[in-house]
Amino acid sequence: MTQAPNVSGALETSDRVASHLHPEGSFDVADHPVPSGKEEWWRFTPMRRLRGLQTDAPFAAGGCTVTVQAPAPATVSQVSIDDPVTRESGFAPTERVSARAWNAVDEATLVDIPAEAELDQPIYLRHTGNGSDVATAGHAVIRAGRHSKATVVLEFSGSATVADTVQVIAGDGAQLTVVAMLEWADDAVHHSAQHIKVGRDAKVKHAVLTFGGDLVRVPVSVDYDGPGGDVELLGLYYADEGQYLEHRIFVDHAKPNCKSDALYKGALQGKGARTVWVGDVLIRKAAEGTETYEMNRNLLLTEGARADSVPNLEIETGEIAGAGHASATGRFDDEQLFYLLSRGIPEPVARRLVVRGFFGEILLRLGVPDVVERASAIIERELAVTGN
Amino acid sequence: MATLDIRDLHVDVVTETESKEILKGVDLTVSSGETHAIMGPNGSGKSTLAYSLAGHPKYQVTSGSVTLDGEDVLAMSVDERARAGLFLAMQYPVEVPGVSMSNFLRTAATAVRGEAPAIRTWVKEVKQAMKDLDITEEFADRSVNEGFSGGEKKRHEILQLELLKPKIAVLDETDSGLDVDALRVVSDGVNKYKADSDGGVLLITHYTRILRYIHPDKVHVFAGGKIVESGGPELAEELENNGYLRFTSGKPAAV
Repeated sequence: MTQAPNVSGALETSDRVASHLHPEGSFDVADHPVPSGKEEWWRFTPMRRLRGLQTDAPFAAGGCTVTVQAPAPATVSQVSIDDPVTRESGFAPTERVSARAWNAVDEATLVDIPAEAELDQPIYLRHTGNGSDVATAGHAVIRAGRHSKATVVLEFSGSATVADTVQVIAGDGAQLTVVAMLEWADDAVHHSAQHIKVGRDAKVKHAVLTFGGDLVRVPVSVDYDGPGGDVELLGLYYADEGQYLEHRIFVDHAKPNCKSDALYKGALQGKGARTVWVGDVLIRKAAEGTETYEMNRNLLLTEGARADSVPNLEIETGEIAGAGHASATGRFDDEQLFYLLSRGIPEPVARRLVVRGFFGEILLRLGVPDVVERASAIIERELAVTGN
Repeated sequence: MATLDIRDLHVDVVTETESKEILKGVDLTVSSGETHAIMGPNGSGKSTLAYSLAGHPKYQVTSGSVTLDGEDVLAMSVDERARAGLFLAMQYPVEVPGVSMSNFLRTAATAVRGEAPAIRTWVKEVKQAMKDLDITEEFADRSVNEGFSGGEKKRHEILQLELLKPKIAVLDETDSGLDVDALRVVSDGVNKYKADSDGGVLLITHYTRILRYIHPDKVHVFAGGKIVESGGPELAEELENNGYLRFTSGKPAAV
């Protein structure tokens, strides 16, 4: 596997912000023209497979059934989309799919974790798709009060065409883990705009695990509400034949002394398996003492798969603690395979060892036992698909 | 009693653009309890012999035969050869990031032994073998060969030899890059394997130094892709004194 760690060469300084990477948001659909696919934001996405989410496909209710499991004192409730809590994170749609999803719902699901509450069990929001013929819009707001400690798991399975918004608000000093576990059926399409507001001294771990779906696109954005915020962005994706999985992160460092650390890893197998990762970290002038690192690694297990990886770093201040990015895409290494085989290990077992090892780092850092266990089981299943 | 029998082995090295004959008719028999040293100048094809026996896809056997106790080794896949009792300690062991040494060793032992070793005895066995080779315990949690020094890699090759207990072990320049202390530790490991398992050893080396610690029954001089002379330990002494000059068509060889 080739690796290109890249620190000094990654420091691209510029006086102005490249606005195409993070345009201003608007809640009005009319402000967002129908994308052609040529825009920087959409340039990798096969627009035809979005099923009209980007144009005017009607949304209907009932496409997904949601069940909730929330240990006290956390609460889960439905609130009006006009409730001020939906504007608390500072998120505003920056493209048409998210703007349409925002306007298509009357209510949002609010997960509320009271200040100083410490939950020892995760909160689950389980979404089960009932069919992919009609598009569904969703909206969830996760609010962790100051100094609270909690884990929230958003699960998605079944067949569906979904455009949704997930807003995460971590209060001052909160320690919050949010996991999106995408176990969609093969025909699902999912566009999920996720935004995180990080309070002063808050620590947020956000993870996206993407396995199923015909097309999945998850842009994650991060804002800091005060100094001392610390965000860990994790991603794990496994693309099979014909699947398109796109993940994007945008971290906006506008406050001093905050941290961000992103690690996304993907495995691809089968003809037409396609993944895209675009990372963008912006360090604004005020964000002195920023420490950031973004890393994407892809493992091509078979011929005919393609992974694109684009890390960006925009730095507007010289007073930073550290900034870097790295990206590497490699084939399953023949010499590694030979070494393991030469110790008597059969090929399927050898491949499993290497893929497990590849993802092990993510699962270790994720640290939510139930999710880790299920993700491991899915990875084993995926390996069995191509007889690997 | 196991016997590895190599007869008139011809091997091409295959690259993207061409294939070139490297081994030009190798004949050799190694049996349990025997140590054969294969010595030769750089580029003589020693390592090609090692990798061909293990089944590396880069090397293509064009004629000849290799059998282990009468079984056709060349018809076996790489992992089948290892399970049949062949082991190759590599000159350049490969790094496998993300796979812990302990997981790797247990997986290999399970494959070679045909069943998972009982956990309690296994842990003891590994700990003792690591101790014997001066390998500290933290290595069990590290990724296979990742960031290991040359000497650490070689010690881990011998650790695998100890745990997998093959019938015949091929050691490809296991001595290269080792200081004297490490050489002694590694040699002790090989001798222990021989004593415990009555294994046959095919020791491939450029230098005579390791033969002070691992005593060969037979010494073979390898040049131009085949064995050009065989003898007892005294042949090694001659090489020590005179180098490979006599075997390389008069041209001085790099020793």
